[in-house]
Formats: sequence, structure tokens, C-alpha cells
Amino acid sequence: MLNKKDLLGIKELSVEEINLILDTAAGFKDVIGRDIKKVPALRGKTAVNLFFEPSTRTRTSFELAAKRLSTDVINFSVPTSSVVKGESLIDTALTVQALGADFVIIRHSSSGVPHLLAKKLKASVINAGDGINEHPTQALLDAFTIKEKKGNIEGLKIAIVGDITHSRVAKSNIYSLIKLGANVRLIGPPTLIPKEMVTLGVEIFHNMEEGLKNVDVLIMLRIQMERQGKGFFPSTEEYARNWGLSLERLSLAKDDAIVMHPGPMNRGIEIVSEIADGPRSVILDQVTNGIAVRMAVMYLLAGVKR
Amino acid sequence: MNKEDIDRALTRIAHEIVERNKGIEKLCLVGIQSGGVHLAKRLASKIRLIEKKDIPVGSLDIAFYRDDLNIRKDQPIVRRTEVPFEVTDFKIVLVDDVLFTGRSIRAAMDALMDLGRPAAIQLAVLIDRGHRELPIKADCVGKNIPTALSENIEVQLKEEGMEDKVVIEKVGE
Repeated sequence: MLNKKDLLGIKELSVEEINLILDTAAGFKDVIGRDIKKVPALRGKTAVNLFFEPSTRTRTSFELAAKRLSTDVINFSVPTSSVVKGESLIDTALTVQALGADFVIIRHSSSGVPHLLAKKLKASVINAGDGINEHPTQALLDAFTIKEKKGNIEGLKIAIVGDITHSRVAKSNIYSLIKLGANVRLIGPPTLIPKEMVTLGVEIFHNMEEGLKNVDVLIMLRIQMERQGKGFFPSTEEYARNWGLSLERLSLAKDDAIVMHPGPMNRGIEIVSEIADGPRSVILDQVTNGIAVRMAVMYLLAGVKR
Repeated sequence: MNKEDIDRALTRIAHEIVERNKGIEKLCLVGIQSGGVHLAKRLASKIRLIEKKDIPVGSLDIAFYRDDLNIRKDQPIVRRTEVPFEVTDFKIVLVDDVLFTGRSIRAAMDALMDLGRPAAIQLAVLIDRGHRELPIKADCVGKNIPTALSENIEVQLKEEGMEDKVVIEKVGE
């Protein structure tokens, strides 16, 4: 039972709660695969996408998830809203609530913003990415995809490759995959992996060839172009040479290893096109599964009697 | 109702289904999760004995179509919907264990309509306990058991690790 008003992070979820979301998502995956891709489960509810950071796929995915549940969606994007006129975050959120929102889906560049809103609002707050903290629905859709392809997560060797420090996707994935019993390893340059991460129960590798040996799943992270020239890595060319996924490097992983990426990809930097478009890639499955998982989250949050 | 009573009722329902549809041409059974699914499978094997042919069986989860998400105490557990055949132009016999308010059947009909356009939907239930809140009536009934609203009726089946039995209990006991 998911006895929560909000989904703020994976850190706060129990294994049972994660599994409940994944099992419920399986039912929604059936729904979005059929001719009539819509159910009346959350008819008459309203969701507001409150995105203070650019995003196409996450926002669209939440929008579709809501629509497939028969919930109305409003997109509140910053450049067109009163925020540019200086309205405060809380005022914006309260306004959104006064408009009748049952769900506030928030993305913000500062960590902790969803938690603050969750305290102020009666509506369910869903974290769609906060600063460098968490991106819980991404981790849930990744876990769903791994389970779908591998059957089970427990005991799998899973590598997360790239900029861990600045990645909320990596953080949420570490929390969820450890809870689900995977062996998680982080691969990347020392400048981009905080040493303290070992306390979470992960292994750290600063050598791609060593780290990729015999892994079942590779999660490639996007190299954030805005970090370039800030001393974390010398150049994108050098990053690609040391940490990019090539066919040769992929051959070190298990023969049936799958490759994931949260998107958007920098082709030729963290991943070569032959792999991104190849048979081992499950990147487009992740996109489809994202809708099912977000439907499950909204459905379960709405089902809690308060 | 004990094991034998349940079996006899299902045998009769199987015959009724075959008779009223004049065979099993373009006919399929769909059980409502979870009790109805087991009963649909039992009916299918009985129909196989009668007609010497297989009848398609599916399972339907109606959680997404319920009208009580906001008022029920427990979060619904979502089970799989598996209807691995085309429902359009088929006659579908919905199978459930207990017919009560009729709200589950309303939800099930909506769910089926989203899978295609069935030629007809019929309803077979093991128990009809009365207290309808919607204009819904079963085509085949195993047994009519008049109940009080304060009573709870439970169909226990061996597929769920129990002995086949129908029990009536006072709520709160």
C-alpha cells in the first residue's frame, strides 16, 4: 500500500512501495498498448505541469499519463507565466492549487522545492526532477524496464556511467536499484563521482574497461553540456574517448546486457549511434514505459484516502 | 454451499450457456479478477466436455473502471487483464463469483467495450445475493442467496488454496 500524498523521492519509499508501483504499472502498460489507450480511472481530476526547467520528454510523458487516466492537464511553463513578473514559487503553487489542481507535477533547478511545496499544498506533489537531488519517476521507469527485460532485478550487476555528481537520475536509480537488491557500480572520472557514494552500498570504478566487465545492465548518463569548461572534464572529445560507450567496450559486458539512457542523448559523446539504435538498446522502451509508470504513480497517489 | 453444490451449479451453468447460445460458435468466457477468473476456467473445461471443443477464456481487471477509488479504504490491487483474442463480434459471457450491487459488472462492461465491440455481453454468476443498485441482471445464476446488507458473502475456491465453499458472515465478526 502506498500511503502517501506525494512522490518526492525514491529515498523515502520502501521496497514494497516500489514493487507496488511497478506491478500497477504493468496493468497500465497493457492499457497503453491497445487500441483505446485510455481508462476512466481518474476522471474529473486535474493535473498541473509546473516546469521551471526546460523538459520535453518528461513533461510530455506526464501529460500523456494524465490524459490516459482521463485527467485534465494544464501546462504551466515558466517563460509564459507570472513567474517572470516576479511571483514567488509558493504564490505560483498556491495559485495553481486554487485553480483546482489535484496533482502538481514539479520540476525545479533547486533541490528540495517539491518537498517545500508538498508541505504547503493539499494537492499531491510529484517530483519530476529537483536540482541534483532526485528524479524518482525516471528511476521507477528504469526499474520497470530492467524487470521487463531481465525478469528480476535482484542480483543483477548494474553500471551507471558518467556524471554522477550532477545527476538526479543517477541518485534516484542508486536508491531504487540498491533497495531492489542489485549490485550497483558507478563508473566515471573522480571529478564526477563523490567518494561518499560508497556509503550507499555501491562500488566505484574510475576505469571504463574494468567497470564494464560482466555487467547485465548499463545506464549511460547524459553529459550535461552546461558543465563543460568548468573543470570537471577537459573536453567532450576527451570525455568520449575515456567514458563514451563504444561497441568494443560494450563487448566487455555480458552478451545479453542491455543499454539504457534517460535521454536526451549526445550521440558520439556518451554513446555511439550504433549502440543507441542497436539491438541491445532499450532506450525507446524506457520512453514507452515512462507513461505506464507515471500513470501508476498518479493512480496510486489518488487512491489514498485522507 | 459446499464443494458438490458449487460443482453441480457450475455444470448446470455450463449447459445453460451452451444451450442459450446454440453451441459455442463465436463465444468466449471472460472472468472478472480474481474469483471470476477461476470460475471461468472451470466453466470452460465443463463446456469442453459438453461440446468437445475449446472455448477462449480471458481475465479482466476492473480496477481502472471502478467508481469508488476515492471512497474505499484500501488501495485497489491491480491485476492483469488478459484477453488474448479479438472481442469484436464475439459474444462474451462475463463470469463473476458474486453479483451484488451490479457496480463491478457496470465497470466490467465498460472495460470490455474499450477492448473492442462485442456482439453481445451475457452474465453468469455463481451467487446472486440481491441488493442491486443498477439495472443489471444475470443470465445464468448458480444460486440465489437472499442476504442482509450487514452480511458478507465469500466464495472460497481451491485455486486460492482453500476448500470450495460459500460462506456468509456478519460484517464485523
